[in-house]
Amino acid sequence: MTKKKEAKPNMPDMRVSIAGVELKNPVVTSSGTFGSGQEYSEFYDLARLGGITCKGIADVPWEGNPVPRVAEISSGMLNAIGLQNPGVEEFMRRDLPFLKEQDTVVIVNVAGHAEEEYLRVVDALNGAEGADLLEINISCPNVKAGGLAMGTDPRMVERITRLSKEHASQPVIMKLTPNVTDIREIAKAAEAGGADALSLINTVTGMKIDIERRTFALSNKTGGMSGPCIKPLAVRMVYEVARSVKLPIIGMGGIMNADDAVEFMLAGATAVSVGMANFVNPYAAAEVADGLRDYCVRHGISAVRELIGAVR
Amino acid sequence: MINMKKRTGFVCGDKMKRKETAYIKEKKWLAEGIVSMRLSVSFAALVKAGQFVSLFVRDTARLLPRPISIADADAEAGTIRLVFRVAGEGTRQIAAMEEGEALEVLGPLGNGFPLEAAAGKTVILAAGGIGIPPMLLTAKQLLCTTGARPRWCTPALCVHADGWRNEETFLLDDLRETGNVLIATDDGSVGVHGTVIDALTKWENECTTGARPLWCNAVIFACGPKPMLRALKEFAAERDVPLYVSMEERMACGVGVCLGCVTKTAGVDDHSKVCNARVCTDGPVFDARDVVL
Repeated sequence: MTKKKEAKPNMPDMRVSIAGVELKNPVVTSSGTFGSGQEYSEFYDLARLGGITCKGIADVPWEGNPVPRVAEISSGMLNAIGLQNPGVEEFMRRDLPFLKEQDTVVIVNVAGHAEEEYLRVVDALNGAEGADLLEINISCPNVKAGGLAMGTDPRMVERITRLSKEHASQPVIMKLTPNVTDIREIAKAAEAGGADALSLINTVTGMKIDIERRTFALSNKTGGMSGPCIKPLAVRMVYEVARSVKLPIIGMGGIMNADDAVEFMLAGATAVSVGMANFVNPYAAAEVADGLRDYCVRHGISAVRELIGAVR
Repeated sequence: MINMKKRTGFVCGDKMKRKETAYIKEKKWLAEGIVSMRLSVSFAALVKAGQFVSLFVRDTARLLPRPISIADADAEAGTIRLVFRVAGEGTRQIAAMEEGEALEVLGPLGNGFPLEAAAGKTVILAAGGIGIPPMLLTAKQLLCTTGARPRWCTPALCVHADGWRNEETFLLDDLRETGNVLIATDDGSVGVHGTVIDALTKWENECTTGARPLWCNAVIFACGPKPMLRALKEFAAERDVPLYVSMEERMACGVGVCLGCVTKTAGVDDHSKVCNARVCTDGPVFDARDVVL
């Protein structure tokens, strides 16, 4: 080995692109685990992240489910928040101006019970400065209508994707549920509807029973599983979807550190999203971004995008 | 519209929260399943009575933090004291740790009691069971024995009213250093046989000044199980005494993002735009009038 090769390589190019929007690094936060950024800005500069995905926003304020809404499971958690949110009007008045000031890409997660509710939010955000990308949540397991029900039927996925695209001024990401027989069919439907990107996976429907109280741990009975316990499932699905469609993928599901992020990128993700890890370590997302850069340096990778789908 | 920050006089987002490695400086068992730990932390001087910390279990199967109220804080020594009950496997593992061992701590979290609301008044610190520990620091901060507080904040009188299960009256000696303690026990082994309300009612009857002069210049700070808080709310309303309650709920993040630990509010909350407030950040201390108990 020559002396020149032993020298530290230049800083790797960490940029990736989702539907024409450039992220300074591939690490974003998962919807519902990061509020609208204010709380974690008390811990670090949000500019260290590639992007922030805000909590799901509906056309009007939502109460969400009764407590208990969260429960711990082995290497993960269950949640049934029920998409409590202050509504798009308050989001645009209070949260979006804050997000716009952060030097990072903003992904607005859109929630609804029915088609027209989703579209009212998309319309309200049309042309909104600071809302760089929309992520349509057709996969929340904790609301009675919309959400999951919409995300498990390929025809409905194609239709809501097409309608969202018609109403949106921003690129549209469809967030997919793992609670289906074949996630590739859903991914293809979203692609056929004109989606610009996909994010996966949302939480996996689960249940926990409190044997002391002899009742359900969550008031909603079922909840969405997240955390390291679902990571192998998520990696497998990212791999399958990456081979079925041409769309960029934001991969997520139990990413706790940079090693996990690399795994998702090798499986086919263009970007990665940090969710429950934020609750375990408030600095988690920033540390994943730093660690991903260190991985590239350590392995002599000049551009992080070389990792995308590199394992076949 | 309820603005929690305006009501309780606290401002969140003060950039004082941090996650760090803490060392166990002292550990002792106070009663069956009740452990006391002193931890070295960087934020001991910043702690306000009624705040809490999140403790992390050194077990990758148990990832979520355990919220624990702060029982005492020593700014000079750089330590906080936690007194908690072993409630499950996570707290069992933490309680099994020994002096010198390290664990991850996130804090200080939550708003704390509005100490200024007690200025010049008779302050009743009413607590039950594992709600008792934060009242030690509350009394100390009220009486200026911890940290520097302006004189005008000092209450005229500080009275504890505490309910324990049985004769294992943990923290009683510490509490007595900060004021008179009215004792109630579930089994009647010590003090009044009954609840904190029973102890307060007895005290009220014994006071020769009569009910009105006793309560006209008083405030109650409370922490304990929900039935106790509910009863206290009624007790306080009957006597027209301000009541601040410290609430408990299942939490995940502890910093206000996940919306797991909400409590129902009497009116539309300013942050959520629905009748839900976050116990971890809008609380844990609420004006009893603002929450549905």
